[in-house]
Amino acid sequence: MTSSTPDTQPQPRRSFDIVRLLLEGRAFFALIAIIIIFSSLSPVYFSTSNFLTMSSHVAIFGLLSIGMLLVILTGGIDLSVGSTLGLTGVFAGLLMQGVPIESAGVVVYPPVWVVVILTCGLGALVGLINGVLIAWFKVPAFVATLGLLYVARGAALLLTDGLTFNNLSGSPELGNTGFDWLGFNRLFGVPVGVLILVAVAILCMLLLNRTPFGRWIYSTGGNARAAELSGVPVKRVQVTVYVLSGVCAAIAGLVLSSQLTSAGPTAGTTYELTAIAGVVIGGAALAGGRGNIRGTLLGAFVIGFLSDGLVIIGISAYWQTVFTGTVIVLAVMLNSIQYRARRKRAPTEPEQSDRPQSQHGTTQDSAALGNTTANPASQQA
Amino acid sequence: MNDNTTSHNAVGDIVLSARNVAKSFGNVHALKGVNFDIHYGQVTTLFGENGAGKSTLMKILSGVMQPTAGEILLNGTPVSFASTSEAQQQGISIIHQELSLAPNLSVRDNIFMGRELAGPGGIHYAEEERQTRALMEELDEPIDPLTTVEELRLGQQQIVEIARALSARSRILIMDEPTSALSASEVEVLFRVIADLKSRGVAIVYISHHLEEALQITDHAVVLRDGAMTAIAERKDIDLAWIVRHMVGEGFDLGSPPEGYGMGETALSLQQLCVADATNPERMAVDSLSLEVRAGEIVCIYGLMGAGRTELLETVAGRMPTTSGQILLEGRDISGLTIAQRIEQGLVLVPEDRQRDGLVQTMSVGENLSLASISAFTQWMLTSRQREQQVIDHSIGNVHIKTDGGHAEIGSLSGGNQQKVVIGKMLATQPRVVMLDEPSRGIDIGAKAEVFKLLAEGARNGLAVLYTTSEVGECLSIAHRVIVMSRGRISAEFDSSVTKEQIMAASGESAAA
Repeated sequence: MTSSTPDTQPQPRRSFDIVRLLLEGRAFFALIAIIIIFSSLSPVYFSTSNFLTMSSHVAIFGLLSIGMLLVILTGGIDLSVGSTLGLTGVFAGLLMQGVPIESAGVVVYPPVWVVVILTCGLGALVGLINGVLIAWFKVPAFVATLGLLYVARGAALLLTDGLTFNNLSGSPELGNTGFDWLGFNRLFGVPVGVLILVAVAILCMLLLNRTPFGRWIYSTGGNARAAELSGVPVKRVQVTVYVLSGVCAAIAGLVLSSQLTSAGPTAGTTYELTAIAGVVIGGAALAGGRGNIRGTLLGAFVIGFLSDGLVIIGISAYWQTVFTGTVIVLAVMLNSIQYRARRKRAPTEPEQSDRPQSQHGTTQDSAALGNTTANPASQQA
Repeated sequence: MNDNTTSHNAVGDIVLSARNVAKSFGNVHALKGVNFDIHYGQVTTLFGENGAGKSTLMKILSGVMQPTAGEILLNGTPVSFASTSEAQQQGISIIHQELSLAPNLSVRDNIFMGRELAGPGGIHYAEEERQTRALMEELDEPIDPLTTVEELRLGQQQIVEIARALSARSRILIMDEPTSALSASEVEVLFRVIADLKSRGVAIVYISHHLEEALQITDHAVVLRDGAMTAIAERKDIDLAWIVRHMVGEGFDLGSPPEGYGMGETALSLQQLCVADATNPERMAVDSLSLEVRAGEIVCIYGLMGAGRTELLETVAGRMPTTSGQILLEGRDISGLTIAQRIEQGLVLVPEDRQRDGLVQTMSVGENLSLASISAFTQWMLTSRQREQQVIDHSIGNVHIKTDGGHAEIGSLSGGNQQKVVIGKMLATQPRVVMLDEPSRGIDIGAKAEVFKLLAEGARNGLAVLYTTSEVGECLSIAHRVIVMSRGRISAEFDSSVTKEQIMAASGESAAA
């Protein structure tokens, strides 16, 4: 936007652009800084194998964050993803142990692809409940998904009696091998979990940028009333994003249990918060309408590479928590600095204010700015 | 400081005066040197159309904003208020159209909100309650101090606001559109309270669109137009026609009804449409209203605030449910369809509040323009950037938006151009019936004329246009027919040869007389 405008005062403008570049690319620069700092502190950090290992950790947060982004873009929040991850993980583990059908007196061992589909279906179901509660029964998203956080975790514990499934590999005689392929194994040297993350990210990028549904998501989060009057099926959009978030959590659950070769009912506890942190560091506005997949992925990598780096250089787990929290707060602080910069910049835009308005106009302008928090979308989209 | 000034005043003495008060926002002059006085124990009414500067003037008097030039004299001494609480300390209170009560608290707590009386053990509730009860008795309104405000009727809530102002020892009370949401009997109660306040020496500044109502109670009239004061007079020297003449002025040419083509079939037909009020289901916001608009015809609905215009249009567009009656679009009943389906059938609404209902502020100008017609550039589930840009460019050219191709932020446009974006967005769906709720709200006169020209062009091409307005001048522009709405019903219908006085007379709600 700025580059196309005639520049009468190039000098201050250019220095300002550097500030803007740093602000809008902050997740990227933070990631570079993290890599440089930890590489200088530890000789093992900067290596392909370590990056791949860290990326396979990032895959879990990344999948949750992408689902979370879709929800946050509509102005909602999904606190249930960590529990959904745990529930879908043990559900997959349970299916791998075989399903006894008592009337027929047999135990059915579903093949892995059936397990995957059923597990994703369970994730979708959790999301559907969230979405229906929020869109149709007008339960605030925070409360509805907080409820599901407890219910899903409870259901996971009930399914296993609190125990963990340690045998997920299946056996060739039963025809249900291949669970390792969801996260534990590597393809061309890359952990499968990372490839799954890349695939999901590309699909969601397409969804957001190139489909009517993506446009509906952004408009619902930007102004649901205006979207509705423009013919956007706002309720359907809301339900669908929670379903997609549930499916993302289920995929993450499958990848995590495959990586760990075990499925425990407490897996994924507090992961919902990490997922939200990734989205926020990626520059998305919690109020909805602004954010993108690229930023969110960067956010997930920042968190993953930071916490793994702290482990590698041997900093205590207590300090790790403190560092992670600091990074999240810094990210949000930069969001508001960016918002202030935009407010200052607004009156200097040349093509606007061609016809200034009465008092109505000025109040509207400030209202419009009030809705503006961060806008990496226009730069990065 | 105001306590000693009240005792030696007599009715008619000047308590507050504005001297050459001006207010500019950038290079927009909302007020241009206004002079008038407010009198002890009398009512001074500000008359003027939307955007004439009434609300700016009020905000200056009550300390919400400061004037750019001129001064305010309180009992002869210049004063300036940095905030509303400073104004209140000097005895000036304002009662906004949107009441500023906390609905979850009791009457007593609302009256003493922010000025709680301290007692030995925290708040002195008993004393507060005693004072509240005394105030209610003075106002002759039997409201229990411990009632929660949300349980009160609107008229009673207004009395509570007045009681709060009195309890803060206000000598000057500014009332902004106090009757717009009241029933006739509630208006009567309010007027009785106003008479009572006058007898106790309170000076009242009254603002209302209901001209006849205001004439009933006012002692002085001040008329504003486009930020300037056009007339000032005492009640005994004026009548309704005088006010209308000074309010509306010669006006600006907003065009004339397009001619020279034949109108088509009936495009939109409403039959005995009833819509219940969202907040008060007993009341009908739209009451058995029947209306027809033909293809190529432009119909204007004039009505005051609360007349049911917005409810009517939102129901036809599908946002509010129909209580009874039929909505026929080219002969087919569309009452059961969703908003999206109605848009697809060719019926669109440009909402009244473009910030709240019209624009997605987080999206660019182009994305806003194409939002309602995404299907036009979608193939195999994917949108085509190139074809979207065609839709956007076409819209920008069609409604003459001053922007650089749609990439600008929506907030960077002026109000008039933003309104054109909302209109362009709905016209991009290629509708056959377009409804516009107050399309000229908050845009300047030049942009207004452009919007009307656009609608006239549309009608010439067979579009059925239905728009609402609360400014009389706008009825006498492009509309082939003018319908006056009052209390959910059609109170009069005119052709394009109607005069301003006729319209105003038909809309006056004859003020509980």
